[in-house]
Amino acid sequence: MVRPIGFLAGLAFVAILLFSMITGAVSFITDPPAATAEHEYHLHPKELQLASDGPLGRFDRQQLQRGFQVYKEVCSACHSLRLVAFRDLRDIGFNEGEVKAIAHNWSTEVPSINPSTGEPATRKATPADKFPSPYANEVAGRAANNNALPPDLSLMTKSRHEGAAYVYSLLTGFAEQPAALVKAFPDSKTPQGLHYNPYFANLNIAMPPPLVADGQVTYSDGTKSTVDQMSKDVAAFLVWTAEPKLEARHRGGMGVLIFLLIATTLGYMAYRNVWADVKH
Amino acid sequence: MSFPWANHYEPKHPLMQWIDQRLPLPRFVYGAVGAGYPVPRNLNYWWNFGVLSGVALTIQLITGIVLAMHYASNGALAFDSVEHIMRDVNSGWLLRYAHANGASMFFIVVYIHIFRGLFFGSYKAPREMVWLLGLVIFLLMMATAFMGYVLPWGQMSFWGAKVITGLFGAIPLVGEPIQTWLLGGFAPDNAALNRFFSLHYLLPFVIAAVVILHIWALHIPGSSNPAGVEVKGPQDTLPFHPYYTAKDGFGLGVFLIAFALLLFFAPNALGHPDNYIPANPLSTPAHIVPEWYFWPFYAILRAFTVDIFGIPAKLLGVVAMFGSIILLFFLPWLDNSPVRSGHYRPLFKSFFVLLCIDVLILGYCGGAPAAEPYVMISQVAAAYYFAHFLIVLPMVARFEKPLPLPGSITEAVLAKNTIAA
Amino acid sequence: MATGEQAIDPHADASEDGVRRRDFINIAAVSFAGVGAASVLVPLVNQMNPSADVLAEASIEVDISAIAVGQAIKTIFRKQPLFVRHLTAKEIAAADAVNISELRDPETLAQRTKEGHKQWLITMGVCTHLGCVPLGAGEGEIKGAFGGYFCPCHGSTYDTAARIRKGPAPKNLLVPEYVFNSDTVIKVG
Repeated sequence: MVRPIGFLAGLAFVAILLFSMITGAVSFITDPPAATAEHEYHLHPKELQLASDGPLGRFDRQQLQRGFQVYKEVCSACHSLRLVAFRDLRDIGFNEGEVKAIAHNWSTEVPSINPSTGEPATRKATPADKFPSPYANEVAGRAANNNALPPDLSLMTKSRHEGAAYVYSLLTGFAEQPAALVKAFPDSKTPQGLHYNPYFANLNIAMPPPLVADGQVTYSDGTKSTVDQMSKDVAAFLVWTAEPKLEARHRGGMGVLIFLLIATTLGYMAYRNVWADVKH
Repeated sequence: MSFPWANHYEPKHPLMQWIDQRLPLPRFVYGAVGAGYPVPRNLNYWWNFGVLSGVALTIQLITGIVLAMHYASNGALAFDSVEHIMRDVNSGWLLRYAHANGASMFFIVVYIHIFRGLFFGSYKAPREMVWLLGLVIFLLMMATAFMGYVLPWGQMSFWGAKVITGLFGAIPLVGEPIQTWLLGGFAPDNAALNRFFSLHYLLPFVIAAVVILHIWALHIPGSSNPAGVEVKGPQDTLPFHPYYTAKDGFGLGVFLIAFALLLFFAPNALGHPDNYIPANPLSTPAHIVPEWYFWPFYAILRAFTVDIFGIPAKLLGVVAMFGSIILLFFLPWLDNSPVRSGHYRPLFKSFFVLLCIDVLILGYCGGAPAAEPYVMISQVAAAYYFAHFLIVLPMVARFEKPLPLPGSITEAVLAKNTIAA
Repeated sequence: MATGEQAIDPHADASEDGVRRRDFINIAAVSFAGVGAASVLVPLVNQMNPSADVLAEASIEVDISAIAVGQAIKTIFRKQPLFVRHLTAKEIAAADAVNISELRDPETLAQRTKEGHKQWLITMGVCTHLGCVPLGAGEGEIKGAFGGYFCPCHGSTYDTAARIRKGPAPKNLLVPEYVFNSDTVIKVG
């Protein structure tokens, strides 16, 4: 009984699928999908090489500190970093005192309550605190930014394809909208208040170009702060905020791999030993 | 439960004798995976994947129990608690990446295990029950994996939960009430997250129980083998220990190397970036895909694009997706060729290769955007999938002329060695 | 999984040397598996230790200006109760009058307070017996026979310097690390 019923069911599935396929193919030919500006003009992120790349990658702490400086002086005005704590900065080479000072002098204070009245208040951040958000809540963030909420940056390089290269490309990718684009797709003209950026998924981003001039940030280590350099540095910093345990992972992975290779080789030899006298 | 020539458990140490007389657990283990289980001597490396599946389940159980010590199954806390594990918990990143990638490794070895069974006819009499229990494990795994993916409460978690429970909405009349009941609301929220966590913790233990039944059912007729002929006598078998424990030990090493490469050097390669964005009920990701191990089924679901005789395409897709697994339960009776091993079935072998390519194409299309030409390709591939099991296999069984079978396992081994020499 | 390679060849009929070499490889393989299994335990055990956010040095500031002589307050320091007590002259005298050598955990009041601030007794509110919160800091709570703190769980009694005097507790109430930022504000931790 199973075979005849199965045969009929199989014929039904095949018939429906082939019918769907032909219907789809016909409409694909008669009514081909229209080209879109996103499809034509969206660019893949540029190449970006960082010290943390590859199976043996380590962070370049100088660069992370420069990237942190860019975040602090530019990005932090709008973007939160809510999953990272000030104490974590010790991992990128700041000492205890420096971390304390950074937390204490942070431009945004930590929400708190007045201990005697219970009224909402703020207090200075301590190393144990996470980076406070520049906006009290999402509504405030939207209200201050023309309804476009600046996303949290903690996981930015893991929440986008090729995250670090994407951040770098986006920051250096602002441009005039190509005339050819507007000519081909008149509806896709960059709307008022948005900014053309071919690395952004729909080409028009609400964020105005944040890094506009060389020397916008003054690096203490003497590195020349070109827009390109600042973009690279902040991308490197955001790789660290998204994956702070990267170095431990690479180091641990190498150790585990070497151990496993030796153990597996021995395991293979033991297996050959055990089977030495058996034909199989 | 075993061949007459199986070794008998004879504990030498007085303590083991004492235990064995009161609780014959050592005897049981000895007969199940020790020297007391005679196994065909000609098993190849494809037979390693059963033990590896068990190892993968164990890894998931251990890392999962540990992660549950830090995870918070509350919509407001879940995402941050996962990041807390990644950043602050000692070795937390290791445990979480091990669990996330362990799921992928589990599916890889189980898929290889299933396809080994398909090629070597392991589902055929007298091992139908082993096959059926294996399919139950596979279904439980899929449910567990889906619910586990919801727990980090990222964008893919949230929208995956919404879309998959939406499948039940396709059921006529009762669909929507069922969907609401599954979620405990009209969209995924705390109620759904909590029940998914509860079931995600429970189901692996159910899987472990069915695994025991699966192994028990296997031990009644004994393991199948690449030649596909039954064991005839003691010369055809070797005790599981030390022969296959040694071989599985080596296989385990290779498995762990692959696992370590994934875990330590590309831990997010098989995941989706959108799941690092906290769940947002107001914004759907541009391109929703499930985890890679669901892609072939997802492609079948999406291949149905046209209503037929008033049956909505959505319902057809859901029926076909579940049907693609359900039909495997009938496989032992669909393929009634008396020959087990694909080595001796030339026609079957060609179609089997085609099936493998077909499933890979389905997988690729399932991960691609729902646009042409992927939909058309997946429609053809899905059609072949159903045709293969429901039409081709019964026909092949009927018309194929199999190659001559070896007289026994030993004969097959000797023949192979002669050719090699 | 660790015992996978536990294998000793039963048919070893090779020469004496061959047998020994084979045994060596099998033993080495099993040992490696054992070491591997044991090292997997390290992260599994270590994950239960306090996480980085719990260990982060949190310090608190307490304004003590509002605490009248003879009063005490309870506040929270690292998830545990902290007692801040403004001792009366009588209590200080009582504490100083004790013969140190008779104490279970010998300490003077001066050792347990900051110089120049002998009237401020700052201790954790955690009984050193089994961790209950002793009574005596709140308004109207019983202070026990020695006028300090009294733990209701098992009857440990502390004096006006929060030293153990009677009952099962082995140690005096712990004095946490703190400094006087000013005469009215202390910073604990």
